[in-house]
Amino acid sequence: MSETVKFGKSSVFFDTFERRPGPIRKNMHYCPGCGHGILHKLIAEAIGHCGIQKDTVLIAPVGCAVFAYYYFNCGSISVAHGRAPAVGTGVSRANPKSFVISYQGDGDLGAIGFNEFIQAANRGEKMTVFFVNNANYGMTGGQMAPTTLPGQKTMTSPYGRNTATDGFPLKVCELANALEAPVYIERVALTTTPRIRDARKAVFKAVENLRDRKGFSLVEVLSPCPVNLKMSAQEINAFIEERMEKYFPLGCFRDRSSETFPAPMPPPPVRDPEKVKELLFPRKLNIGVPKTFRNESKIFNYERRIKIGGFGGQGILSLGIMLANMAKLRNFNVTWMPSYGPEQRGGSASCSIILSHSKIPSPLIDRDCNLLIAMTQTALEKYIHELKPNGVLLYDSSTMKRPDVTPDKKVLGIDALDIATNRVGNPKCANSVILGALSVILIDHYLEGEDKLDFDRAFEEAIIDGFSSKPEVIKQNLYAFYEGKKVALERDKAKDNPA
Amino acid sequence: MEYNNRLLLKGNEALVYGALLAGCDCFFGYPITPASEIAHSAAALFPKLNRVFIQAESEIAAINMVIGAVAEGRRAMTASSGLGISLKQEEVSYLAAYEMPAVIADITRGGPGLGNIGPEQADYFQLVKGGGHGSYKCLVFTPNSVQEMCDMAYDSFRMAEKYRMPAYIMADGVIGQMMESLTLPEPAAYDYDPEWKMGRIVDGKANIITSIYLEHDDLEELNRRLQAKYRLIEETEQRAEEFMTDDAEIVLVAYGISSRVAAGAVAMLREEGIRAGLVRPKMVFPFPKNALRKLLNNGHARALVSVELSAGQMIEDIRLAIDCRLPVHLCNRMGGNIPSCGDICDMVKAIRKEIKQ
Repeated sequence: MSETVKFGKSSVFFDTFERRPGPIRKNMHYCPGCGHGILHKLIAEAIGHCGIQKDTVLIAPVGCAVFAYYYFNCGSISVAHGRAPAVGTGVSRANPKSFVISYQGDGDLGAIGFNEFIQAANRGEKMTVFFVNNANYGMTGGQMAPTTLPGQKTMTSPYGRNTATDGFPLKVCELANALEAPVYIERVALTTTPRIRDARKAVFKAVENLRDRKGFSLVEVLSPCPVNLKMSAQEINAFIEERMEKYFPLGCFRDRSSETFPAPMPPPPVRDPEKVKELLFPRKLNIGVPKTFRNESKIFNYERRIKIGGFGGQGILSLGIMLANMAKLRNFNVTWMPSYGPEQRGGSASCSIILSHSKIPSPLIDRDCNLLIAMTQTALEKYIHELKPNGVLLYDSSTMKRPDVTPDKKVLGIDALDIATNRVGNPKCANSVILGALSVILIDHYLEGEDKLDFDRAFEEAIIDGFSSKPEVIKQNLYAFYEGKKVALERDKAKDNPA
Repeated sequence: MEYNNRLLLKGNEALVYGALLAGCDCFFGYPITPASEIAHSAAALFPKLNRVFIQAESEIAAINMVIGAVAEGRRAMTASSGLGISLKQEEVSYLAAYEMPAVIADITRGGPGLGNIGPEQADYFQLVKGGGHGSYKCLVFTPNSVQEMCDMAYDSFRMAEKYRMPAYIMADGVIGQMMESLTLPEPAAYDYDPEWKMGRIVDGKANIITSIYLEHDDLEELNRRLQAKYRLIEETEQRAEEFMTDDAEIVLVAYGISSRVAAGAVAMLREEGIRAGLVRPKMVFPFPKNALRKLLNNGHARALVSVELSAGQMIEDIRLAIDCRLPVHLCNRMGGNIPSCGDICDMVKAIRKEIKQ
């Protein structure tokens, strides 16, 4: 509903300011001669004119306007110093139907919260920012602001702002104008009636842009603060028009309002539980075993600790995940713990996998490892001391020499990289070749009874389950797995029947 | 469609699953190791359900975006690690004062300063004691498995909403980075529309949200109300797991990854005939005082050991809980190191020897 206010108060204001504590409920709390009251009035009129009061959210700064909620009858939140554009982003994204106005002073926007402002502007958030520039910190008692003029005396620049040490006044419109996203940027002043009329036009345009969801608008308002600047009404107007405007020229820096189309309303969040399940729950594949299934081989009476080491790109982590997946599919408790961070950046990669029928205490392995899979010499040297007596070492014999380890350890090499490159045609599948060899070792030497048969399937299922969204990858990795298996079996046969 | 609710996920991913299943609408975050997978998963999953994901320009902006979304009556969360959480503290104090719910995950790392990305539990003070200004508390969940990362993320929204206060999920780098199998809970039905949300018209006036109380008496009243709420939570919401504590002579107290190592140590000690037990806080605010006080009069407990990855932060709450009526020892590592089961066993044995003398 559009309204035009000719005389009196906009209906966007409360009739009496009941939220204001104390006996005075008709007047604003601002000092005599302050510009906030005028700007509040213009904004209230613009909100009424646009008919958006119901869904307007006015975000109040830390500063004199922190109490804007005394006056405006619309959604409002008073936020931490400088953070209004970030809160506004949250409001506007969470509820795209809202109309966000961020009302900020020069300390709030220009100093402590400049990043939140410039980033929201750069993202082109659907919000309008009113930036009140009065060349000082009003609420805290007249200290230097980022917009304080050179030579201007304040409580914290008692000898005048020294540009050599305090820098120069911050030109917010000019800085925002360097960005791509903002739709409308204008600087106005609240001094004489003609200037206030121009300001009114700018405020209306910025609020209309908000109503029409055109994007980010900024109106900088040079505003009188006679009390803190210790000036009379005439002096403060002269100060703004003769000194501030020289440094902060009035005018429109950018107006793309007419050529900007309203942003489409984003679709509402999907909350249908079935849709949520469709995204998060994996589809039931025809694999796995009933919940009551339990592998019976004796080696699973104790937790099994596996370490895999190599360098990034060899599929170290995903080999670990395939093993962990297999354990999951066979109802084991399983943990997988990667090396992370700088260690990873250095090129090396490792992970620890523990599977057990009981609860697993720590997922980290630094000793008592049952199986070490080493894909590089460095990894071998680094982790061999963690391998238990009787532990198994599996290494890539196409890239490493047969390691010299104590005889209590079982050592097996497989030409993983060779096989992956030459037979499978993808060196990335070396990890699945290793998996194939591992399945032979496990089945031939460690598993009993029906587990022998089951594990053959379990490995395959782990690959299928692990890459369930990529059928091509499954195919290639299964092929690599069989090749690894074949080579390991042939070698075992050769050992059994030496020529 | 037939689904399988059993998955293999990283702790950090499970947290995002739990949040989405609980009906979280918005995620705002800033990348930081070892919490980044939370942002990765959120970036991948939230938009698929038309929910909001924003990579904020800073930790501070992220928590402020959470405030904006929550003020609109939406479920929102952020996640970070130690130093990022330090940056968010001003807004956590605001959230406490606004009496607004929000979920914040802290995947803790080594400190102080830039420290390192190894697991530490030295954020205990800043999360449990209120790291920002003012007398406030936050709910603090301490998952020790991937399953609990999901479950506690799921529960944290409900509890934060029930008490209208921020909830932390404090997990260390190991719990965040490790993968385990887990069972997903069913998606919650969406039923959230708080009466206090911003802009809702009550008696002709639009709701506002503010934390400014100029009148001293008004602010004191807010503080009294908050403290009453915290007392109620302490009385009714304590959560702990007790493991072999009934006859334990020496009781370990540990959460997060330390509690997994401690559980291993208890099993080892029991095998040697040493009566050790473990109290594992599942939340550290409210602190599980009752589980600890129970030990005082059971005629078995002779000493407690706080197993922590810090210089000893939780140990203060343990001592307070039992009014210092039993000796409380500290078994700790720092800098990203984790004590081994053996380290803990050695310490327990030494304490036992001392008691016997």
